[in-house]
Amino acid sequence: MPWIPRGVRDGIVTSRYPRQPDGFGPFFFGHVHVAPALGDGPEALADAVRACPTEAITFDGDAVRLDRGRCVLCARCVVLAPGTFRADPGFETAAFGRRALVVPPGEGDDAQVAEARARLARRVRGLRRSVHVRHVDAGSDGSEEWEVAALTNPVYDVQRLGVFFTASPKHADVLLVTGAGSAGMERPLRETYDLMPEPKVVVAVGVDAASGGMVGERYAARGGVAQLVPVDVFVPGSPPSPFGILHGILAAVGILGSRPHDGAEDPAGRSRT
Amino acid sequence: MRAEGPAGAAGGSEAAASPPGATDAATFPATRRRVRDGARFCGLFALARPAGGAQLLSVVSADGALVVEEVPVAAGERRYSSLAHEIPASGWYERRIRDLFGIEPVGHPRPDPLVFPVPPGAYAPLGPAGEPEAAMSPDLTPLAPHVHGEGVFAIPYGPVRSGVFEAVEYLLETSGEDIPHLRTRIFYKHRGVESRFAGMSADDGVLLAERVEGVASVAHALAFSAAVERLGEVAVPLQAELVRVVHAELERVANHLDTMVRHTEAAGQAVAYAVISHHKERVQRLRARLCGSRFGRGVVVPGGIGQSLRLRPAEVLAAIAPLQRRIDEDVRRLMGTPSFVDRLRGTGVLSRDDARRFAVVGPVGRASGEAEDVRTSRPYGGYAWLGHRVVEHRTDGDALARQLVRIDEIAGAFHLVRQAADMLGELGEPASWRATVPPVSGRAIGWAEAPQGELLTVVEADGGQLAQVTQRSASFHNLAAYPAAFPKDIFTDVAFIEASFGLSIAGAAC
Repeated sequence: MPWIPRGVRDGIVTSRYPRQPDGFGPFFFGHVHVAPALGDGPEALADAVRACPTEAITFDGDAVRLDRGRCVLCARCVVLAPGTFRADPGFETAAFGRRALVVPPGEGDDAQVAEARARLARRVRGLRRSVHVRHVDAGSDGSEEWEVAALTNPVYDVQRLGVFFTASPKHADVLLVTGAGSAGMERPLRETYDLMPEPKVVVAVGVDAASGGMVGERYAARGGVAQLVPVDVFVPGSPPSPFGILHGILAAVGILGSRPHDGAEDPAGRSRT
Repeated sequence: MRAEGPAGAAGGSEAAASPPGATDAATFPATRRRVRDGARFCGLFALARPAGGAQLLSVVSADGALVVEEVPVAAGERRYSSLAHEIPASGWYERRIRDLFGIEPVGHPRPDPLVFPVPPGAYAPLGPAGEPEAAMSPDLTPLAPHVHGEGVFAIPYGPVRSGVFEAVEYLLETSGEDIPHLRTRIFYKHRGVESRFAGMSADDGVLLAERVEGVASVAHALAFSAAVERLGEVAVPLQAELVRVVHAELERVANHLDTMVRHTEAAGQAVAYAVISHHKERVQRLRARLCGSRFGRGVVVPGGIGQSLRLRPAEVLAAIAPLQRRIDEDVRRLMGTPSFVDRLRGTGVLSRDDARRFAVVGPVGRASGEAEDVRTSRPYGGYAWLGHRVVEHRTDGDALARQLVRIDEIAGAFHLVRQAADMLGELGEPASWRATVPPVSGRAIGWAEAPQGELLTVVEADGGQLAQVTQRSASFHNLAAYPAAFPKDIFTDVAFIEASFGLSIAGAAC
């Protein structure tokens, strides 16, 4: 039985996240940071707006805002306007609601996001100890499935946190949706959602699920999944890392605290449980 | 959905139906002749022309070169005589062109909708009327059964299946345990990517190409960039080509480990699953350390690379040596575990004949004694500079043979990474990692050997703006042969056959 000694040879490879930070954080380009004060001239910023492939950046002459729900992390803005945009590591990027993905937050955004979060927390109060997750692919590029599936490998091992994948939507508390919202998945996705018992939480995984990403909105793609099912938590990234997805699940069901406007400003990727 | 196919037809292949109903003189005479003479069919593409016309392009591979034959389709005509009888591999291409462009393959044995079942009365999304502004919805009507007889029933499985999978629907027709007939419906994932390319710059196009088939992002970016570079007559710096090889080969290792993870999962080998999925995670993390993305995104751009390796060549070598040693050791242990190997042996046999009829590419083809490896048959980029041997072809054609081919390819991939890193260390930094790409016009074909097999990109551009881009993934090409691997198997084998084909639905349905 060569597998039994093999099974223990490597010792514990499982991450301690979220109780302790994970050493992988600094290696992963997690998100684009926007400086609170403009660090570049209007020309450089206009260039960055033009260069963005998904129109994620807006600049009205005074303020720059970046929609992480559109950002595919191509980092062109980081090159063109380095005083304003910065490529940051870290994976704790999940956000409560679509507006919370726009940084820096506009007036009143914080309050609204906090309210959405509180509403969600009330709804999921009974789920804190263990949650069952159902995944549905609504037109992804296939990479998000790898990252969701990675959650069951020994490094992430989500069962240690009471997170289980389930085959039946009738057992599911959390719906993980990936993809740009393909036309063909509109009905199957809705049917899956309807079968889930209350309370239920929807987590949109990846920038495609938030906005359609590079694919956008067209005859066969709905520009994200928020039009198809009510999304509670968005995990940006193209694709997000398994840690990012895990952060989204834990934040959604209240196992983990998350600041209203992303817990990701900390470049070391430290958690704030 | 139309009812088609002769009652009781078994086998599930494209060419198993009625005699050709060809109307006019056969189109593509040269393609038919070349394939008869042993050339490998690579694909059939449609390019829109002004005023509702279209240009059909057939591509075959013969003697280490791609040969293209063009057939114009007049605006009022919009049909041609189907190739699918003579060349079963073309069957899926013809169905795709029918769905998206509304061009009818006259005499196609099974002209079912494939990538986007257009509802009655609606027009084809890439047809002469242009891309529809409004959202369209595909026709989800269940398929009518093909197989009839006492006790025969049909099981639709998908698109939402148990486990974390891409959305796809299989229709299994069975009388109990065996699977005489299987059909695949991939349209659930159709996103309309092809039309999205139109009007983009080449720089934006490569970002979209990376997202056609996310698990083969590097290969898609490579094939796309190769086509653009061909149009612009750009010489890519050698060091950039070598960096591309490093990323492309690590992508291959990750994909091949992924099929192994899925095999161990299907076989219920808990420790092996943990061990192999840990190896895959290590590879993904190494890729992230090299470029920030676990999928190698943002590296390959037209003209070269967008960023150099974040580790020095010596560090790359130091990282892959223990990685390869551990993978080797555990794979050997896995292949010495009878309860695992027995599940693969004799499972999902794709005969050499079927592999040839469907011109199957990649590891699946190489396990059935077929298919070229374009890294050696049409060397591109850095591969022309590196020593690479195609893995030994196997002929058993079962899931085990496919697994063994992939194990050999993992070793080959590490060998290439080592050579590329060595050479990068010797050459030092280039003056520039990226050559300037002029605004390109015209049409070109690019290719790459993705982990799934030969990948083709047809790019048409005008004044630096993309007019049309088709990313033909190996997954699309091979899926047509998928049903041919089923007739001898039973339900519990489905997971193994699916995993051993290693296909990405996103790439097939895009």
